[in-house]
Amino acid sequence: MKDQINAIIKKYDSDKSQLVSILQDIQSVYNYLPRSALDKVSKKMNVPRSQVYALSTFFRAFSLKERGKHIVHVCLGTACHVRGGELILDSLERQLDIKNGETTKDKNFTLESVNCMGCCATGPVVKIDEEYFGHMTNDKVEPMLNKYRGKQ
Amino acid sequence: MPRKLTSADDLKSLQTRLAKSLDSGKPRISVCNGTACRPYGSNPVVEAFRATIENKGLQDRIDFKVTGCHGFCERGPIAVIEPGNIFYQKVKPEDVAEIIEKTALNNKIIDRLLFEEPSTKTRATSQASLSFYKGQSRVILGNNLKIDPTNIEDYIAIGGYSALSKALFQYQPSDIIEIVKKSGLRGRGGGGFPTGRKWESCRNAHGDIKYVIVNADEGDPGAYANEGLLTGNPHSVLEGLIIGAFAIGSHQGFIYVRNEYPLALKNITAAMEQAEKLGLLGKNILGSGFDFQVRVNRGGGAFICGESTALMASLEGKVGEPRAKYIHTVERGLWDRPSDLNNVETWANIPLIINNGPEWFNKIGSPSNTGTKIFSLTGKVNNTGLVEVPMGIKLRDIIFDIGGGIRGGKKFKAVQTGGPSGGCLPESLLDLPVDYDTLIKAGSMMGSGGMIVMDENNCMVDVARYFLSFLEEESCGKCVPCREGILRMRQLLNEITEGEGKESDLALLEEVCQCLKDSSLCQLGGSAPNPVLSTLKYFRDEYEEHIKLKKCRAGVCKALITFSIIEEKCPGCGQCVKACPSGAITFLGKRKPVLLDQSKCIKCRTCFDICKMGAVKIE
Repeated sequence: MKDQINAIIKKYDSDKSQLVSILQDIQSVYNYLPRSALDKVSKKMNVPRSQVYALSTFFRAFSLKERGKHIVHVCLGTACHVRGGELILDSLERQLDIKNGETTKDKNFTLESVNCMGCCATGPVVKIDEEYFGHMTNDKVEPMLNKYRGKQ
Repeated sequence: MPRKLTSADDLKSLQTRLAKSLDSGKPRISVCNGTACRPYGSNPVVEAFRATIENKGLQDRIDFKVTGCHGFCERGPIAVIEPGNIFYQKVKPEDVAEIIEKTALNNKIIDRLLFEEPSTKTRATSQASLSFYKGQSRVILGNNLKIDPTNIEDYIAIGGYSALSKALFQYQPSDIIEIVKKSGLRGRGGGGFPTGRKWESCRNAHGDIKYVIVNADEGDPGAYANEGLLTGNPHSVLEGLIIGAFAIGSHQGFIYVRNEYPLALKNITAAMEQAEKLGLLGKNILGSGFDFQVRVNRGGGAFICGESTALMASLEGKVGEPRAKYIHTVERGLWDRPSDLNNVETWANIPLIINNGPEWFNKIGSPSNTGTKIFSLTGKVNNTGLVEVPMGIKLRDIIFDIGGGIRGGKKFKAVQTGGPSGGCLPESLLDLPVDYDTLIKAGSMMGSGGMIVMDENNCMVDVARYFLSFLEEESCGKCVPCREGILRMRQLLNEITEGEGKESDLALLEEVCQCLKDSSLCQLGGSAPNPVLSTLKYFRDEYEEHIKLKKCRAGVCKALITFSIIEEKCPGCGQCVKACPSGAITFLGKRKPVLLDQSKCIKCRTCFDICKMGAVKIE
């Protein structure tokens, strides 16, 4: 882990103003921000731990908890809301048997809501990893999840 | 990649050469692969085109382009074929071979892929003749169709970077500021502050080091105009930024991109690399002696970072909290140095103004609201997508002419503009001209161009509650009025939507709203009351119904509605029985209406969505 973190910090020349980008890169490697990684960033860059922690908790893009193999993002932006985005979230919570922000026991899925993904015309929208699903309805939720459950 | 350009003439000769190859006379197919087309499966369509062209050895006979957003997102994936400007919608991989064979090579139209106008049932062949595009003036977005955003040569071929060359070699910085001032361009991020004046203040501010910043942290949920622009034509934004930096006297720029826009991030980063290789960015741009560097920063998914001081704090590597603006950021912004921050769309307007002159820009729009504005038209409207219209156009024209009216023949209820800082406007205000000042007077605002249409099935109290819960989460917590005020308002609205509201709540809501307006530190808090105040002003009867009659006429607020089966309409097909997640519906045999157990019903709406007979009633 040490080498990976060092490489990321080096990529940004240890520039303190690039802390958010550094944390984002770390998260893209581990899927979340491990505590030990934050400690290393603090030490290596000579930034107080409190500042690293403040950034990691202020921005909703960051997670301090380990996340699942697949990240399910359900959009709750206005355009998705008026077309029933919250009902899709309810349905995902029921099917995955977790609440928004939680990870399934088998660590396969993490469910998170986002405020807009920039494809409002196709709402309600769900994104799993890099794949987008538009015009979602409750009955499309299960087949969509099944694609990522290892059975087609 | 051509060699590095070291003079204005270098750029000109490259442009001439590239423009010539553009006019090769080959048929051209442009396929949209913008973010909004991806949920429809535009990636497989693009792959199918590539593979078919390659397999048939047609690389030399067909010019194939993968472009950014075409605007008519409702009908994606979209392919436009030249000559003829033929517009195909909802294209699937299996249509690809036929499009190439019939249309591209033999000029034949494939009827089934044309768009049918819902009002007249006619099928128009050319894109320009569709009602969706007819009322628009796509001076900025129009170029999306002509270029592959990942290829700088495409942008140069259509005249890209000629405005930069003009600015560097024909004008003094003060001339450029004068031109922008004369154009009347106002900040497209929502505030509407005159761009030229902002630049001038920053240029005149004391200090050697100055910064220019692109605000691409489009945080308004329901707005994606900046995404479409930055993804589809990143060079136009970059060119505007370099011109602005030259005018202001800045040598370092920043582009702050939302974390949720991976494609925009990828395309702008590639654009910068290519521009630098060609000598259009970096040291001694086009041999003019002007140096300018740019850095891209990713946002972290915080709405507040769209506010200028919060964005700058975030650029400094700090938590994105705003500060009071006793001293403007053009004097002391990023690292306490003079900083000019403009929205993506504002920057993209600059090359057009420099190339065509301020008089040209003045002719578009209305006198104190010049130019065009891009809106993301979404919600319950037939034709959703990105629309670019002259300022001052009526709301009605956008929603009913371009947008094609309300989906499913439902009744229009409201249009929401300006995101969480804006408001909801009713039908009686549909003839208002869309400009900065009129929208503010009506209790809403322009914002970054979200336009969300709502119909009779949307509850206005629920919409207000939605925005407040969004803002509650996004409030940075630094000042008390915003942190506590929004929380209290959201609690009151929750109670009302749950049927536990009191008549005194409405006066209390108004009082808290006033407090936030008067005493919040930044505009997030100061404008947070707008969704509540505008709905209270125009839809007060809905609030009163929730409180006094415990009724939600739109059938949204779960605590106030019940689901039931209309027995005469139910054929007993059993679809809803299978779909019901709580087992509340029982199958009683074929051709017998199903039975819904109210005590088990979780009001998830699944049965309502799935029933094709309209046999589920919401009261």
